[in-house]
Amino acid sequence: MTAVPPSMSPASKPAPRRIAESRSQEDRVRLDAAMRGFVSDFGPEAATWMEACLHCGQCAEACQFYVETGDPKYTPIWKIEPFKQAYSREMGPFAPLFRLLGLTPKVSLGELERWQDLLYDSCNMCGRCSLVCPAGIDIADLVEKARHGMFEAGLVPPDYLGALAGKERETGSPFGIPKDAMRQSLLEIGEKHGLAMHVDEPHADVVPAVSSIDLKMYPDSIAATARVLNHIGVSWSFRTDGFDADNVSLTAGDRVGQKRVTQAIVEAATRCGAKVLIMPECGHSYTEMRWEAANTVGHALPFRVLHMSEYLAECLEAGSLRLRAVETPADSPGVTFHDPCQVSRRSGRSDAPRAVMAALGLDLHELADHGPDSWCCGGGGGVALINRAKPLRNHAFAIKDRQVADSGADTVYVSCTGCRQTFEHGFKDLGRVTKVGSLLDLVAEQLEEREAKA
Amino acid sequence: MTLLDFARGPALYGSTLILVCGLVWRLTGVFLLPARRDRAAPGKGSYGALWGALRMMIARSLPRRTFLGRTLATVLLGYAMHLGLGIVLLGGAPHVLLIEQATGIGWPTLPKGVVALASGITLVALLLALVRRCTHPVLRLLSNGDDYLSLVLTLIPVATGMLLAEETALPYDTLLTWHILSVEALMIWLPFGKLSHAVFVFAGRAMLGAKLGRRGALS
Ligand code: SF4
Ligand code: SF4
Repeated sequence: MTAVPPSMSPASKPAPRRIAESRSQEDRVRLDAAMRGFVSDFGPEAATWMEACLHCGQCAEACQFYVETGDPKYTPIWKIEPFKQAYSREMGPFAPLFRLLGLTPKVSLGELERWQDLLYDSCNMCGRCSLVCPAGIDIADLVEKARHGMFEAGLVPPDYLGALAGKERETGSPFGIPKDAMRQSLLEIGEKHGLAMHVDEPHADVVPAVSSIDLKMYPDSIAATARVLNHIGVSWSFRTDGFDADNVSLTAGDRVGQKRVTQAIVEAATRCGAKVLIMPECGHSYTEMRWEAANTVGHALPFRVLHMSEYLAECLEAGSLRLRAVETPADSPGVTFHDPCQVSRRSGRSDAPRAVMAALGLDLHELADHGPDSWCCGGGGGVALINRAKPLRNHAFAIKDRQVADSGADTVYVSCTGCRQTFEHGFKDLGRVTKVGSLLDLVAEQLEEREAKA
Repeated sequence: MTLLDFARGPALYGSTLILVCGLVWRLTGVFLLPARRDRAAPGKGSYGALWGALRMMIARSLPRRTFLGRTLATVLLGYAMHLGLGIVLLGGAPHVLLIEQATGIGWPTLPKGVVALASGITLVALLLALVRRCTHPVLRLLSNGDDYLSLVLTLIPVATGMLLAEETALPYDTLLTWHILSVEALMIWLPFGKLSHAVFVFAGRAMLGAKLGRRGALS
């Protein structure tokens, strides 16, 4: 391995060790745990990617962290370098030969500690790098696997990512909100907004999962969910036994917590005979439910999983959702839209939110890079939950800020709570007056009157 | 036995054996890992895994416009060296003759001038790639001995081949010997290092294509 020149070594101090200064024996155990965590679900796919890198460096040019800082250590494939090293030394097809010839040096726990800010603080798992890679390497997927290893070695950034993931593993909710309290909050939101609120109905065709970040920060979005579903007229219900979609554990690398969250939601939706599970969060919770949950629980899901924007687009097409166009003054500079990486790039549904915006008659000014090519807001992959990563996150956000300014729009619509928070904080820090709006909230405001059903 | 005889005889068989066995071993090591059955429902615009894999294998050979502004140098160098090598390998008269002798399949060769130009371009592209690797901060960080070795192992056969094609003061047989030996060195290293990208870039693309194809997220 090329040694990292001091100027390029990660700026943050090595992470505090979970168990005071450990001996080599302890290090060995943790290192082994890290590697086992990394390869725990290795198949031909990941193994091929481990063999395929050309060291061409093009992935750097796709990553917001490198592009904005110019620091080569943020090159996407470099972020998994210690794991790549260890893999080819210990597990790859030529491992014995490479060991014998001393071609790949041993990885140390200290190295993994130094890599913490590359694997967590500076990767949104947004997958933009895999759009450019000539070898088709899904680096975001490998970073996720590397985080499994980091978790096993006790190397998750403690605030807040590690803390929230810990709570989630323990209670099923990152904030540890008990079921009764959730139920109470939901009913209160219904009351406050004068809405029929369905909680824990024994039967429901549609179950919306909710992020507890919404519950804490954007209760209006929960009201919007209820209002829209009442308007559509389906039988629906929140389920407090499968509610918290955040899945912070996934981004922290905790497979046990991840499974717990996923299983709870799958079971709750199955129990009430749901046909559709709506995921509110753009991010990793959607990808997890949409593409991984069936594999996690070991059988095909008895319901469909849709992102809120997909569900809205479907209902528009079916005619069950009817919207009034937004009245825009003639001199309005128009709006723009930020694609959530996991829905657009990673799941191919850039069309859904655009169908909704078209129905709303919005004057959409696309960002220079949009749809699958869109840049991450900088908050994805749990980065928004890492306190010390804020300056770096703001760096990454600068691209978004520029592209929004270039679009001329005065409002950015988002369809993800995580993105919404990152945009709000980013604009605030930069002193921008650009508004940030949730597409769902806007839809809820523009429903054609037939609220009688509610 | 002269060195040339050795290069044409045992060395050729030996290096071919290592090339084939090494690649088979490496591919087997990867593909024998237990594959997971994907139980998720396919996406709305799904192409299916197979079609996705095939599409990605071809489509990823073309650069994506979004990135071209930042990746142009790499893309140009990549095209120059790969196309150049392809022209020389499949169009150069001695190579075609060799293939015809070995397999019975032949095709018309390219004019000598074209092949000379292609090898010149390849050589320059390889040298520039080497310089870039030593100077560009990202490439410097990523590069290891394998990267440099692989480049040099490609450079030598191209250079010796160019000398062979021209009338030079150097004795033909000596040049030919070194040309063949250098190709064999390349063949021997190929399965172990970066040169195996000849196989693995396509395998990697297939994996990504299969995943995204199933999701309907090929773009
Ligand atoms: S997934 Fe996104 S943030 Fe992570 S390395 Fe790739 S481009 Fe950068
Ligand atoms: S773009 Fe792909 S092949 Fe090139 S260095 Fe990055 S991961 Fe490796």
